[in-house]
Amino acid sequence: METATQKNPTVVTIPVSVHETEKVRGAEVLIKGLIANGVDTIFGLPGGAVLHIYDELWRYREQVTHYLVRHEQGAVHAAEGYARATGKVGVALVTSGPGATNAVTGIATAYMDSIPLVVITGQVPSGMIGTDAFQEVDTFGITLPVVKHSYLVRNVHELEDIVNEAFYLAKEGKPGPVVIDIPKDVTAQLTEYRGPQNATLVFEAERPKPSVKSVELAVEKILAARRPVFYVGGGVVSADAADELARVVEILDVPVTPTLMGLGGFPTAHPQCLGMLGMHGTYAANLAVAESDLLVAVGVRFDDRVTGKLNTFAPNAEVIHIDIDASNIGKLRKPQIPVVADAKEALAALADRFAQESLGKDRLADWWEQINEWRSEVPLSCEYSETEIKPQQLIETLHKVTDGDAVVVTDVGQHQMWAAQFYPCKRSRQFLTSGGLGTMGFGLPAAMGAQLACPDTTVVAVVGDGGFQMTNQEIITAVQYNIPLKVVIMNNGYLGMVRQWQEMFYDRAYSEVDLSVSPDFVKLAEAYGAKGLRATTPEELEDVLRQGLEYDGVAIIDVVVSKEENVFPIVPAGGESRNMILK
Amino acid sequence: MRHTISIIVANEAGELSRIVGLFSARGYNIETISVGKTLDPRWSKATIVTSGDDTTIEQIVKQCSRLARVKEVKAVTTLPHIEREMALIDVSVTRGDERQEVMSLVNIFRAKVVDISHDKMILEMSGTQDKVETFIDMLKPLAINEVTRSGTVAITRLSALEGSEYALQRAA
Ligand SMILES: Cc1ncc(C[n+]2csc(CCOP(=O)(O)OP(=O)(O)O)c2C)c(N)n1
Repeated sequence: METATQKNPTVVTIPVSVHETEKVRGAEVLIKGLIANGVDTIFGLPGGAVLHIYDELWRYREQVTHYLVRHEQGAVHAAEGYARATGKVGVALVTSGPGATNAVTGIATAYMDSIPLVVITGQVPSGMIGTDAFQEVDTFGITLPVVKHSYLVRNVHELEDIVNEAFYLAKEGKPGPVVIDIPKDVTAQLTEYRGPQNATLVFEAERPKPSVKSVELAVEKILAARRPVFYVGGGVVSADAADELARVVEILDVPVTPTLMGLGGFPTAHPQCLGMLGMHGTYAANLAVAESDLLVAVGVRFDDRVTGKLNTFAPNAEVIHIDIDASNIGKLRKPQIPVVADAKEALAALADRFAQESLGKDRLADWWEQINEWRSEVPLSCEYSETEIKPQQLIETLHKVTDGDAVVVTDVGQHQMWAAQFYPCKRSRQFLTSGGLGTMGFGLPAAMGAQLACPDTTVVAVVGDGGFQMTNQEIITAVQYNIPLKVVIMNNGYLGMVRQWQEMFYDRAYSEVDLSVSPDFVKLAEAYGAKGLRATTPEELEDVLRQGLEYDGVAIIDVVVSKEENVFPIVPAGGESRNMILK
Repeated sequence: MRHTISIIVANEAGELSRIVGLFSARGYNIETISVGKTLDPRWSKATIVTSGDDTTIEQIVKQCSRLARVKEVKAVTTLPHIEREMALIDVSVTRGDERQEVMSLVNIFRAKVVDISHDKMILEMSGTQDKVETFIDMLKPLAINEVTRSGTVAITRLSALEGSEYALQRAA
């Protein structure tokens, strides 16, 4: 049992150089601090407590572009989309009180998926804190359980260091959201801005390397395994470790299964990729894990949507768990070999070691034979219909018309799972989704942020008719700033995923899932000044998708699909993952 | 299993609530908590008594270590260590023999009388949690009016020096 930890101080103090600087107000320190940390894009919505900050933003508008969202949840999701698509820190700015509470869902979404964000919230003036002042909430307290770190700035002289540290913390180690709550008076007070050259604190992020011993132990186990599987997750994506992963698994010729968050971390079309595992994972992936004798878990957290019933998950496997976050290791499954390290460093170390071994070509021939049998036994597939568009067909056609190159941003529900199953990813950061929190409303604003981050790539939000209506107000933001976002609504007239569970596990009692009364999404798009299109038949699907995707501007494509299609395979919640319902 | 965890955390507003919040969010129990400055006033040491199996304690240590302003976390109960708790106890002593009885308990337990009036005494008792509890228990036949307990504080023994706060501060 690991029962003591001690950290190397991450902060290096450098003496302050004696120099004369002009005093500036807190708001300007903040903006200069953002710029010094490489920020040129922020998402937000103003209010009383952040007026000084917005005043400075106006002065610095050539250097920092602010995108005015229509709801603060949209600002944080957009910042997340930006961060997920690039690995850079996303930034959102909101006012006190309701501005901050509206941002909480986004902050929690980022927290669960370890996405680097800096969220700046206004606060009532210092002297009024604790008096139930107008638009006062305890933002520090409300966000406490869903932030990596947070600050309530009490002194303007600390602000510059706080901003620098916030950016460092958001990215360092396991990334996450950092909140800076700034009372209004602090943004008006004067202080010196020292700038990066004269910084008193220097933050150096380093990627923790695996210990030599843990690598040796892992190598030994991996070479001895007869039925190994690499189970890889979001940690591979956030460490940008896809190349190192490919190197290791190609040398070893082992099967790989990504989690929902790991999609893209290993190319889906790679012959060694078994597809996603878990609740809606492939037959081959779930069986391979169930039968494995060694799981090499990289940047994953044994989430219940992956494992199903925990004590029957990979019951005969030993586990090597590589994670940058020691608290993830042993939290749910005790590994035989824990490796606390950055995924990129650990995989590189493994690859270097295996490169020295001479591995027999058909080392794992029996294992592959078994796996290939499962693959052909139950491949991912769906039967198309003459009259209705099948949701899987929608994703397959989308894959076709985008040449498999689009960044796909999903919302949460059935469409999310079909997108995960039927849009093979080629690269990291190509599939952006709210995995941990499962936040409906994430898709559209996150896609907007991703599109800004990747102006030369087609970015498609794939959303349900339910989740679309949770944040569709951001269409106007995309229109206003000419962000050529494409939104595909998989319109099944239901809160589909909930309906599926009611059908399968509650005797078809469709309690409060009917969305047949919805706005006309084409007219809605037009009302926003976007292009609206609709596909209702299989014949027109491809053509309508092409028209929408080729449109130079925001396009909302309403695709009416069969209403009661279910996502398969499915492992019922808490079930044993080898017991998949296949249709 | 009962465990005592010691955490060195920045002596800044809100940092303690982050630790307490983590305990409640993850369903860990806090039996006692006590906090005070370390030698270096920029850091505080919190001593938390909690309970859980080995996996839970390991998780608590790791989860607390993740916090940005936490410098060191130790499950001191896994190391040679010393623990103390203090209690202040207000008892009624209306008859002369009651006062006698209290005094003899005070002597046996090496407690102290810190305040006295015609019909009451305030006693100070420090020792292991067990000893404090036994003392209170022994006083129960008398009328105890109020008990204030400090919660446990702990320190690792010099024989467990490596990595201790003492060693850290000497090295610094
Ligand atoms: C904010 C939020 N509220 C509720 C849920 C629960 N939930 C999960 S999936 C789902 C249905 C989503 O329906 P829709 O957006 O139409 O997508 P579909 O499943 O039909 O593809 C619901 C309500 C959620 N994940 N997020």
